[in-house]
Amino acid sequence: MKKNMIMLAAIAATCINIGAAEARDQIQIVGSSTVYPFSSYTAEALGNTTHFKAPVVESTGSGGGMKLFCAGAGMDTPDFTNASRRMKAKEFTKCQKNGVKEITEMVVGYDGIAIAQSKKTAAFNLSRHDMMLAVAAEVPSKDGSHLVANPYHFWNEINPKLPHRAIRIYGPPASSGTRDAFEDMILKHLTKHIDAYTKLYKADKKKNKKYKKYHKVRQDGVYIPSGENDNLIVQKLARDTEALGIFGYSYLEENSDSIAAATIDGVAPTPTTISAHTYPLARSLYFYIKKSHIGKVKGMMEYANLFMSEKMTGDEGECTEIGLIALPKAERNHYRSNLKALTNLTAADFKKKH
Amino acid sequence: MSHSMEYNKRLRRRHRADRRFKYYGMAAIAFALAFLAFFFVDIIGKAMPAFKQAYIQVDINYNDQVKDNYNRAITRNYRYLVSRSFLRTLPQKLVENPELLGTTEHTWVLASYRVDQYLKGHDGNGLKSKYRPHVDQMIADGKIELRFNTLFFTHGDSKMAETAGVLAAAVGSILVLLITMAVAVPIGVMTAIYLEEFAPDNRLTQALEVNINNLAAIPSILYGLLGLAIFINIVGVPRSSALAGGLTLALMTLPVIIITTRAALRSIPDSIRDAAYGLGASNLQTVWHHVLPLAFPGILTGSIIGLAQAMGETAPLLIVGMMAYIPEAPGSIFDATTVLPAQIYTWSSESIRAFEERTAAGILVLLTVLLSLNAVAVWLRNRTQKTW
Repeated sequence: MKKNMIMLAAIAATCINIGAAEARDQIQIVGSSTVYPFSSYTAEALGNTTHFKAPVVESTGSGGGMKLFCAGAGMDTPDFTNASRRMKAKEFTKCQKNGVKEITEMVVGYDGIAIAQSKKTAAFNLSRHDMMLAVAAEVPSKDGSHLVANPYHFWNEINPKLPHRAIRIYGPPASSGTRDAFEDMILKHLTKHIDAYTKLYKADKKKNKKYKKYHKVRQDGVYIPSGENDNLIVQKLARDTEALGIFGYSYLEENSDSIAAATIDGVAPTPTTISAHTYPLARSLYFYIKKSHIGKVKGMMEYANLFMSEKMTGDEGECTEIGLIALPKAERNHYRSNLKALTNLTAADFKKKH
Repeated sequence: MSHSMEYNKRLRRRHRADRRFKYYGMAAIAFALAFLAFFFVDIIGKAMPAFKQAYIQVDINYNDQVKDNYNRAITRNYRYLVSRSFLRTLPQKLVENPELLGTTEHTWVLASYRVDQYLKGHDGNGLKSKYRPHVDQMIADGKIELRFNTLFFTHGDSKMAETAGVLAAAVGSILVLLITMAVAVPIGVMTAIYLEEFAPDNRLTQALEVNINNLAAIPSILYGLLGLAIFINIVGVPRSSALAGGLTLALMTLPVIIITTRAALRSIPDSIRDAAYGLGASNLQTVWHHVLPLAFPGILTGSIIGLAQAMGETAPLLIVGMMAYIPEAPGSIFDATTVLPAQIYTWSSESIRAFEERTAAGILVLLTVLLSLNAVAVWLRNRTQKTW
């Protein structure tokens, strides 16, 4: 019996050794669900057109991806991570601590967040301020002196110029990167300059930390978190013509027969306005390269070069066909030269404003 | 007189209550059937188009430029209508068959999903309006047609809806299920035999029993976290591999198998055991020769139901990294692989609308596999059932 156990253990051990080999012939990519469609598209192209195996692309969310990517430099950790926001200084430090010393940062394109409604509904223009007042859990009172629980249920209560239409917004849940970006670009962006919030923060920095950049979304049923699946939000909008929905630009483009975008500060989301940053709800899409794996994992440079190539992410690229917004030409060239040189990300990069 | 009237009234009331009770039952069944019918009609209706795929007749020019840019193989008017996953194979084909250079081939090739969706009359097909008259003309000329979609069964996942198939996920599902079965069934059955036939009835075994029953009811995602912690982080099983998924699902299936096996063993009357002992059989002989064969149908049913549940599970597999873009079928249990439910989920969140019908078709494939598993369970149970 004992002998058998030892045998079993030995077999198990050899099996595991096969698993965690020193080199790999398949790239592992994790990260943002927003970058996932483009990343996996490129992965398939690499698998189809070269002798490399198609990389495994896992959609873990930006934060989840960083966690896996920064877990260590071993071969059982991912080679790339995608993100719909920049790596945070905290994550960079964690990476350094865990032995992931050399990282190259790439921006692959832009994504716009669309605020859309049924095509049957009359065109709608919102300012970011209107939107903030519609979704924040606490808003400034009419005279701006203090905060009150969000009292608004119709758009014309927020802004008399808007129609008498119920506020109902289907949007991403708290776990989603799109939600993070939405909170950043609408809530934090405005609340950090509004006295009613910052006053509270200044009064008690510890207790009222959340008022520094207030980004709490109301939970009284007006903002309806609708799961990670953007298709669900699109389907709801087709039926509920009064509601608005928040999702990635590619879904807007693909469903342009049934839904239309609301304009934000008078600008509609189009590839041109997003790329030029005149549309206010646009964000950069990143991926990060673990340099220590280059040479040990086959095809890493080929994948990165393909992803940054004109054919994939240029103005007429294949990824732009499925909803990615291409970077301006100068930016593309900048990142391509960074890729060639494999420029290291440094702590100083996080100090300057990106 | 008044006495019997009172009695009749009460009797009628009781009969009425009786009938009402029956109608409640019938209403419940009708309700359940209506849901089921709605679900099937909806899924099958959505899935049927996915089993047909558009093909298009074009000229392929094998010229010098094809090696660098495969788009050059097709004239501009047609380029957009042909599947890119087909175009991508051309440079390779030219390298392997250099004699093709300079020739033109008139042939049927896979059409792009936009043409396919347009042909099937779906809204939001995305075919640009400038191509529509051209495509309409080609349809009239018989140069575009729908054929049975074999690619769906012979190809793995793809970002291009026209080539996306279930093969890789199906192979992955089978591999994961085999591992789950190989681990969970022996351990589960042995545990149940020990607890039922050998273990003394004391505090410890009672605590064990409560815990096992409890485990059967906890949310499956917790098994994913457990699997991640034990198998991937401590033992070092590769992430996203069939082994990681299979072991995790085995953890999840164990309590179900233990509970059903114990129930099967308990239903064997003690007279059978007593008779065996009376003839001088040892514990091992009693269990192995008499109890187990009689309990076998029950154990089998329990195991298959447990495995079928594992087969449809996604939450724990998400945690161990199997919800990913993995187009190739795994070559070994250490390779990254995905499973059918995960594949369905991935497709359901695609922004391209052509994936909608693939999602429904994927569900249909999964349902078919589950139905056949359950049918096998019923058949095996009937075949092995013994009466005593």
